[in-house]
Amino acid sequence: MAGLELLSDQGYRVDGRRAGELRKIQARMGVFAQADGSAYIEQGNTKALAVVYGPHEIRGSRARALPDRALVNCQYSSATFSTGERKRRPHGDRKSCEMGLQLRQTFEAAILTQLHPRSQIDIYVQVLQADGGTYAACVNAATLAVLDAGVPMRDFVCACSAGFVDSTALADLSHVEEAAGGPQLALALLPASGQIALLEMDARLHEDHLESVLEAAARAARDVHTLLDRVVRQHVREASVLLGD
Amino acid sequence: MAMEMRLPVARKPLSESVGRDTKKHLVVPGDTITTDTGFMRGHGTYMGEEKLIASVAGSVERVNKLICVKALKTRYNGEVGDIVVGRITERRRSAEDELAMRGFLQEVDLISAEVQAVFSDGAVSLHTRSLKYGKLGQGVLVQVSPSLVKRQKTHFHDLPCGASVILGNNGFIWIYPTPEHKEEDAGGFTANLEPVSLADREVISRLRNCIVLLVTQRVMLYDTSILYCYEASLPHQIKDLLKPEIMEEVVMETRQRLLEQEG
Repeated sequence: MAGLELLSDQGYRVDGRRAGELRKIQARMGVFAQADGSAYIEQGNTKALAVVYGPHEIRGSRARALPDRALVNCQYSSATFSTGERKRRPHGDRKSCEMGLQLRQTFEAAILTQLHPRSQIDIYVQVLQADGGTYAACVNAATLAVLDAGVPMRDFVCACSAGFVDSTALADLSHVEEAAGGPQLALALLPASGQIALLEMDARLHEDHLESVLEAAARAARDVHTLLDRVVRQHVREASVLLGD
Repeated sequence: MAMEMRLPVARKPLSESVGRDTKKHLVVPGDTITTDTGFMRGHGTYMGEEKLIASVAGSVERVNKLICVKALKTRYNGEVGDIVVGRITERRRSAEDELAMRGFLQEVDLISAEVQAVFSDGAVSLHTRSLKYGKLGQGVLVQVSPSLVKRQKTHFHDLPCGASVILGNNGFIWIYPTPEHKEEDAGGFTANLEPVSLADREVISRLRNCIVLLVTQRVMLYDTSILYCYEASLPHQIKDLLKPEIMEEVVMETRQRLLEQEG
């Protein structure tokens, strides 16, 4: 059977990348004027949009307010046209809830919530085109949006996915590579300190290989950080108030 | 009836040519600002491992021993003595409250007030103790980012062009016709509901468009910048002021005058 060769003998992947190479990343901050913060990111063919509102007063039940820190509320949604086949995804289905929960755990680790007690920070992420690495694209877009909103964060949160094929660790998997069924890992990192915000894997991987896959993901996340750092600095420079006091 | 339509066009990056000479120190979260432990940390920074690290993306401001990072745009943080303009959305319901305040200030009223105290969780308490503050009558409200309102000694300005403006620190700007008699300030507890003349309305509309123009080009808002922008916009029609090419022209002239005035 002519299977799809994920890694050729010369070390090239399906889309011509090398094992540790990332896809092309393009990002923009401040795409929505109405929101407090917003950002759009493209990682190869994966496109994600993130919008942040807050910190603001808790909507709904006041009882949920935490007396010493802010509540982080993340919602993930995937457009019907994001995958190869048009598929209606109702709000509140299992995948959206799980992604929302993972995003919340990631950002609770990075946002300095103690500075805004009794308030709420909303992060809404929407995937417009899914070609693998959707969690990573969501985290990267949300980081930029949170920065755009001026919410204090410990550090950037940079995420990347990684897999393992033919004894080689691959970084930044595309949809074809994810669908092949091998082990895949998603890592969200705080680059300056090297601390891990979230590490997720639900496949079988021999523990001997874990180190190399983790290393590949961490290196890729740091590369993502270099790119996002450049985007943010450019944005800050452009948008600095030209006539101040 | 003639109609004008425009298609969306890519935004042009703001030109840096009219920037100041002093290069600002721009940081992003995770950047080390300094390893000197002698400094006090202000907003936008946190202490980690003997280093002062930035927590927002913006420019570093140093005042003697205090270092803080001013983010590009933030939600408004109350400080004692700030002037704010806002709409009453909810009231405490208690017996004394009913008797005392409800006669004067209802829900949905637009008021100006001063920040009296800031609680530890960020909530502010306002007071309208002098007749300068209180209910606002007829006028136009413009909402801008709080970071664009310059801190000054007074936020109530009577502009020579024929209208008055209140620059709320929370980003809410109120433009209203200058009251004829000096005693009736925009405040107190009764709203002035007399009809506003056409000339006054035109001045107010032009001022509103000027403020929106300045905000789009990220120019700080204070009485002088608004006045210069108003004067630079006079050759154009009010409805043309929000077109991109006219915006650039007017802002360039405004910036020029402001630079001349400073230098």
